[in-house]
Parts: sequence; C-alpha cells; structure tokens
Amino acid sequence: MQTKTDARKAGKQETIERISGAEALMRALIIEGVDTIFGYIGGAIMPVYDALMNYEDKVRHVMVRHEQGAMHAAQAYARIKRRPGVVFTTSGPGATNTVTGLADAMLDSTPLVVITGQVGAAMLGTDAFQETDVVSVSMPLTKWNYQITCADEIPEVLAKAFFYANSGRPGPVVIDITKNAQFDEVDFDYKKISRVSSYVAKPRPDIADIDKAADLINAAKSPLVLVGQGVAISGAQEEFKTFVEKAGLPVASTLLGLSAFPSNHALFTGMLGMHGNYAPNINTNKCDVLIAIGMRFDDRVTGNLETYAKQAKIIHIEIDPSEVDKNVKTDVAIVSDAKQALELLTPKVKNNSHEDWLKSFAKLHEVEYEKVIRKDIHPTKGMMHMGEVINRVSEKTKGEALIVTDVGQHQMASARYYQFNKKDSLITSGGLGTMGFGIPAGMGAAIAKPDRPIFVFVGDGGFQMTVQELGTLAQYHLPVKIILLNNNYLGMVRQWQELFFDGRYASTELVNPDFLKIAEGFGVPGKQISDREALDSTLDELLNVEGPFLLEVKVQKMGNIFPMIPAGATVSDMRLE
Amino acid sequence: MKKEYTLTIFTENKIGLLHRITVIFTRRKLNIESLNTSESEIRGIYRFTIVVTVTESMVQTLVKQIEKQIGILKAFYHTLEEIVYQEIALYKVPTHAFADGNEVEKLIRNHNARILRIEPEYIIVEKTGHKEETQQLFRDLEQFGILQFARSGRIALTKQIKEITAYLKELEMQQDET
Repeated sequence: MQTKTDARKAGKQETIERISGAEALMRALIIEGVDTIFGYIGGAIMPVYDALMNYEDKVRHVMVRHEQGAMHAAQAYARIKRRPGVVFTTSGPGATNTVTGLADAMLDSTPLVVITGQVGAAMLGTDAFQETDVVSVSMPLTKWNYQITCADEIPEVLAKAFFYANSGRPGPVVIDITKNAQFDEVDFDYKKISRVSSYVAKPRPDIADIDKAADLINAAKSPLVLVGQGVAISGAQEEFKTFVEKAGLPVASTLLGLSAFPSNHALFTGMLGMHGNYAPNINTNKCDVLIAIGMRFDDRVTGNLETYAKQAKIIHIEIDPSEVDKNVKTDVAIVSDAKQALELLTPKVKNNSHEDWLKSFAKLHEVEYEKVIRKDIHPTKGMMHMGEVINRVSEKTKGEALIVTDVGQHQMASARYYQFNKKDSLITSGGLGTMGFGIPAGMGAAIAKPDRPIFVFVGDGGFQMTVQELGTLAQYHLPVKIILLNNNYLGMVRQWQELFFDGRYASTELVNPDFLKIAEGFGVPGKQISDREALDSTLDELLNVEGPFLLEVKVQKMGNIFPMIPAGATVSDMRLE
Repeated sequence: MKKEYTLTIFTENKIGLLHRITVIFTRRKLNIESLNTSESEIRGIYRFTIVVTVTESMVQTLVKQIEKQIGILKAFYHTLEEIVYQEIALYKVPTHAFADGNEVEKLIRNHNARILRIEPEYIIVEKTGHKEETQQLFRDLEQFGILQFARSGRIALTKQIKEITAYLKELEMQQDET
C-alpha cells in the first residue's frame, strides 16, 4: 500500500487523504458505482451510517423493515442491474437476519456485497452485546467473506469484494467490519481490481472442446438446448438466439433461464423440470444431443439422474468447473462464460433445421394444452384459477412486464403461464425456494427498473412472511403491483399431501388476516376480487395504478399444478393429471 | 467403491480457509481421517494434506468444490501408489518398563523407533512410519503400559514430476483480463 510519503514523492498527495474507515467505505462504494444501498441501522454500523449522510446526493439508502427484506431487494436489484447489490446491517441479529438471503443468492449465483457491522476488535470472542461470529456463520453461504479489524484493510478488501462478487460465477460476499475499523483513520487510496492471480474469473474455453461440440451439434438429428441463467448473467441473450436460430435447435429453459430467450419464439418449447412443460421433459429422454448452457442440472430439472437423458450425448457449457460432471456426466464440457463460448461455437455450427423433431414438441404440447393448460387458463366455472389470472396479466402486458414471484404454486403458474417476451423479466427464488422472497424482491426490482411495469405474484403464505416490507413500499412509493393469489392454503405442500400423503392436510390450511386492512394500515391501497367477471376490468385498473397496490384474488382452494414429475421419478414419466 | 484418498491442497495463507475446506466435508457428513497443514516449498503458499475414504466420484467432486474456494490455488487427489507418505507417533511409557529385562529395548530396535527423552518416571519414544507401523508399536508397547499416545496427521509428497510452480504458471495463463 502506498503511504503518504511515497505519494508526496510521486507528487500526487492530493489523491491520498486520511479519512475514517466509515468514510473510506462510502468512497469505495461510490468508486464501484454503487447508487443504491438496502439496509437497516444498528449500533455496530452507526459510524458507517453517519458517513452515509455525507453522500446522500450520490447514494440512495432504502431503509427496509427487516434485514431479510434488504437481502431479497438487493438480490433483485443485482439480477436486473447485473452488478452487486449492496446491503448494510448491524452486528448480531442484523447480520444473522441476512442468512436466508445469502443462501438464496449463493444458490442462484447472485452478486451481493453485504456489509455487516461488528463489535470492536478488542471485544471479539468475548460474547459482547450483539456479537456473533458472522464470518463462520456465513462461510458456507458466501462466495467469499472477510472480517476487517483495521481501517487500513478497507480499500483493498472492498475492491476484492466487488471483484469476487460479480466475476466468474457471481455470488454473495460478506464483509464484516469491526466498529473500531469504522472509526479509525486510513490513507485512502483505492484501486479497482480486475484480476487476482489465484482466481480464474474468466476461464478460457479450449478450442478442441468447441470443435467437438460443433461436430456433435452438426451431426445431431434431434438436438435439444437447455438455457439457464448463465446465458442472462453473461449477457449472451442475443448470441444465444443467433446460435439456436442458425442450427435450428429447439430450446427449453430452466426456471431461472426464463426470459433469456423469448417465450413466443418458434424454437421455444417451454420450461424444464418438475412443473415444467410436457414436451421438453418428454423429449429430454428422446433427443440425441443435449446442449446445456449456463445451468447446473438441478434435481428439480433432472428428476432421477439414473434415467436422465441416457440416450443423448451431453454438451455442457458452464463457467463453474465444479458443476461439470457433478450431476450429469458430460461428453463435451466447455468451461467458459456462455457468451464467450457461444461466440466461438456459432460460426462452427451449420445452418440447419429439424422440422420433424420440432413437430414432435408441438404434438406433445397439444396434449399438454388439452389436458392441462386449457383448463388452467380458460376455466368456465368454479373459483378462479391461478393460471387464468397470470395468463390475463400476460396478455394485458403483452409479455413485457417484469415478473417477480414468491415461492409455491403461484410461482410455478407464473413460470408456466406468463409469456416472457422481453429479457431480464423474471425474478424468482430458484435454488433455495425462499417463501417471503416476493415482496422485498419486488421492491428491489422497482428501484432497479422504475420504468417497467412490475408485478409481484405471491401466495397467502409467503405474503405473510415478509409482509412488513409493505411499509417500505409505501414509504418510497414504489410502483409494485402485488397480486396475491389467495387459496387459503400452503398450496404446493397441500398438493403433495393430496398426492403423496393420502390427503392428510397437516398444517397447510391458513387462518388468514384481512389482507386489505393490513395493506391499508401500511398505506398501500388494495382491492379484493373473487368473481371471474371482475378480473378483466380490475387488471385494467391495476395497470394504471401508480405506486404500490395490492390486488387480492380469491382462487380455488384445491387447485393443483400439473404436469408434474414426482420427486425422484424420471423426466419422461411426467404426469399430466 | 470407497477407497482411501490423500488430498493435497495448495492455499494462500488466509484466515478462514481451513473452515472453508472442512465445511465441504462436513456438509456431506464425511469424516476427515487426518489433516495436516504447513508451509510448502514456496513461501506464503500452504500445503494441506487430507485423508478421506470415499468413492472416486465423490473425491472428484470434493476436489473441484475445494479448488473453487477463493484463496485455494490448486487441489489434487491421490491414491496410495501415487504418493510417498509418512506419519509420526509419540509414546510415553513408564521408565520401569525398561528396567525389567531387555524386551522394550528390543522392541524399540526392531521398530526403528528412537528415544526422545528419559525421565525417572517416564520415557518418550518416537516412531515414524505408516499408520500400520506406528499402530503395531502401540500394540507391542501396550503390555508395558502406555501413559500417553499421539499420532500426527499424514504428510505426503507426490511421485509425479510436475511441481506446483508449473500449475501456478498455468493458472496465470488460464485467465483473461475481465
């Protein structure tokens, strides 16, 4: 590190100032381009918040109602902006409340820089007030974490935090800063980092692997491409489209891959996995070459690995080498950023089309439409279905809204029935399946993209897990349209109880509050509907609302999400009813 | 099929790395049979030697997961044929055991062990070797009463010619500027 004297010798002492650690932290964030912080103040982070007041013109601080809310908001913000979401919390409970968000971000490869306050270095290990061993607690849930006990460390550690969080396979980073390090002074000299010698951020793909992949694709009669979030993270949506259009490859998406490729494209065949579409799941076990790009063969996608795509040659394009051969053994692995790999691969694939093979998807889709989809989106009697509400929202927004979901039946219905025609349009908790994700994530989405219509689909269970963030929505007047699909049950678990536990509904029926009154109490206007006839006009009203709004839709209590691959079953054994 | 593997891991000296490595085992409920860490031939780079009994596909997963951690430079796994390895054991036996006849002395000679310290009450014996060898001396000494016993983790060097410095150069070459 450069000292004051060195700098003076070099004749640039004006670039190095002696400032407090808290001030240094704020300046580091600004140099890293941070314009929004989600957080909650408390004792051990007070010096940082004091410094934050000096930068209110440059950085917007969103004061949430609970640290978990800050995490999910920052996650949504990061996934839309493709740069690290930043969270401030205090020590102890403030820090431990971030754990769910860290786990969620870790599984869904979301870049975060979480700054937690900590007791003074002299008190570490003494069981001081609000002391927790945050570094140990967050160890398995972070890509990297570090405890700063001395102000001098702040510039370099922050530069590393931002580099690690958003390079390679992105992930959350926790920086725990003791209170003395926030108060103490440091010579502030900040250098952004774009390379660390022991860390491969952007592995260079092996050209021999690219050639092998191209040969397999060119010889394939019935190829299938799986698009994962990696395509969106690397910003390769256009490259991906060019690739599949050139080679005429049918596309199926993981949950987090949705919106990386337009749902209305002729080559799009639907979502993979447990509650995905019939055609891509059945044809997974029929294709001759399976090309997986930026995804990790999660068990919700593959079902039983013993019987997953055994007939196919597998090509796996993936930036994280530890994902290669983890679940599915590959024939060709390209360890690379999706964009870089596609740029090299596309020129080597032949112009092609696979009309008959594509028709087989259309045929299977017809079966699904007749058996499942029609009943879901155009029911004629009984209470409303989740699918019909989501389908109407999709039609009214032309598939161009930004959709945020919570976790459960409504999440699967959103993934199935919203047509994602615009990129970066779905924010959902994939790997961790965090109930309570929806409302705070909607908040983060609204701050990242205030110009896009934002809908949060949430169930009556998840709504009550982070309901306090309605207060944040109201305070900042964030344009989030919440559609609460209320079936009075923890629907997905109830569905499993119906199918696999002889209909014994243990602890899944909810005794719900008056949701509109709750929203009103927080200052969020709302409306409840239960009649099908009211849906259309109410959605029209909702589209024109500015600021937050809660629309509660009473839906059928015993609705099930089909098709379904029961846990541990084979993808091609997908049940339609 | 499960088999004994020796993992060699090269790391930067960063606080917390040991924890990052061990959680990779504990979350899969795998027992670490032995663990040793010391500075390697390169200053500032540490060598971890971990012994674990798992299937080959599991050890491959473990090595990849470990290598992925920030601060880990390189991780390898080896079978016993691929390494030269050693452990050290210390035995504290009562001095009077040596007074009666020459049996203990014979044992120490036959085991190629050596005596580190002699006190009126006890003698400390040291034996290096593979686990079976140090364990055999333990069994042989047991009849005389062992006051204390400790065995180190395994340390191992690989027979392969390619050294870590060559891998580190490759690591440098692998990355593009971002």
